[in-house]
Amino acid sequence: MDRGALFLDTFFKRELIARYLPDILKGMVVTIEIAVLVVITGIALGLALALIRSLRWRLLNIPIVAFVDVARALPPLVLILVVYFGLPNVGILLPSYAVLWLVLSLLLAAVAEEIFWAGILSVRKGQWEAARSTGLGYAQTLFHVVLPQAVRLTVPPLTNRTIAITKNTALGTVIGVPEILNQATTAESFSLNATPLMMGAIAYLVLFVPVVMFGRYLETRFAWRRA
Amino acid sequence: MDALIAQFFNLDIMAQAAPLILRGLGMTLLVCAAVVPLGLAGGLMAALAGRAHSRIARFVVAALVDLFRAVPPLVLLIFVYAGLPFAGLRLSPFAAVCVAFFLNTSAYYGEIYRAGLDSVGAGQREAARSTGLTAWQAMAFVVIPQAVRNVLPDLVSNTVEVVKLTSLASVVALPEMLYSADMARSVTYNSSPIVLAALIYLVLLWPVVRLVSRMEHRLGG
Repeated sequence: MDRGALFLDTFFKRELIARYLPDILKGMVVTIEIAVLVVITGIALGLALALIRSLRWRLLNIPIVAFVDVARALPPLVLILVVYFGLPNVGILLPSYAVLWLVLSLLLAAVAEEIFWAGILSVRKGQWEAARSTGLGYAQTLFHVVLPQAVRLTVPPLTNRTIAITKNTALGTVIGVPEILNQATTAESFSLNATPLMMGAIAYLVLFVPVVMFGRYLETRFAWRRA
Repeated sequence: MDALIAQFFNLDIMAQAAPLILRGLGMTLLVCAAVVPLGLAGGLMAALAGRAHSRIARFVVAALVDLFRAVPPLVLLIFVYAGLPFAGLRLSPFAAVCVAFFLNTSAYYGEIYRAGLDSVGAGQREAARSTGLTAWQAMAFVVIPQAVRNVLPDLVSNTVEVVKLTSLASVVALPEMLYSADMARSVTYNSSPIVLAALIYLVLLWPVVRLVSRMEHRLGG
């Protein structure tokens, strides 16, 4: 066999592509489902925490800052293993996909809180004062004046961090969530061939290259408007 | 409450597992010492190549950066460690971790350097050239130092991400901190060893996270 044929046989074997394509597609569905859920709950929780923090009550701020710092300092896989193996022993049984969703949502919430809070801070004080002086209440000022300006600033960094965290759905394979990587490594160990791994990698490219390019577009689009 | 403490903060089990976990910490630091400089150098090369005159070079670099940012690092690692042996390239876990994370972190550092280089005005380079510096001298002594200073918080913050990333090496059985802690967990049926590892990560990274958060507390500032 010449080299080209050997390469194709190792990474792009046709029978194996046909055999394992349904599994990889199933994995893609699981990855997309968990990623979408994580984005929704993570960003909603992060925004809620940032709004609570904008009230500037010390008693609430300290736990929020502590939560954000801890979430930023811990590797996601460490948290996944603690939750997955620890909770059953204290009587809480969660299926593995729920553990993955929970941990990634909390991590995204921490990052999102930090970014939204930085966005709120970066809106100048005069904006608050002007809005309040026209008779708007605190909440009205926050929702109609400050947040619309803050959110614009947060779009590029938030997009990048969200992409990074949704890619962590691949960590689910360690606790047996049947997402893309899990399907690919299972198929690889059955077929003794690297083709399923290549299919898994391509599946991620299909999902994430458009998202990465969209993130880059947002970054350049929003950057030049910044004062 | 007692069950919770016995399961997550069991001091006896932590003390038993500590020597193993500390040895793992040594390996974690070793991996960081390899991957962080590799990524910083690779990222700088990617950012400089992204400004090359040749259109083809620019396109290739942008495509590679997007490719390695789109593939989850664990997928890349498993591909290098478990996939390449089928093509006759067998790497040790340590080498596989270095190769996979070099590619991944270079892409991320590269994007940060790119933003930094863009933030330095063209006048700086022109002024440097007009004083007689060569193109490389102007880049190395005038543009790059300012670029790095402008994106320092991002560089530090990405380095925190790299340290956290090394925990994935446990999946390919490299005996770093998480791997050691998980081994202790599976022997003792108790989560305290992983909690201990988490606490060590926290002690190592929390000060840096605080620092970054102070440096970047305003967007676009």
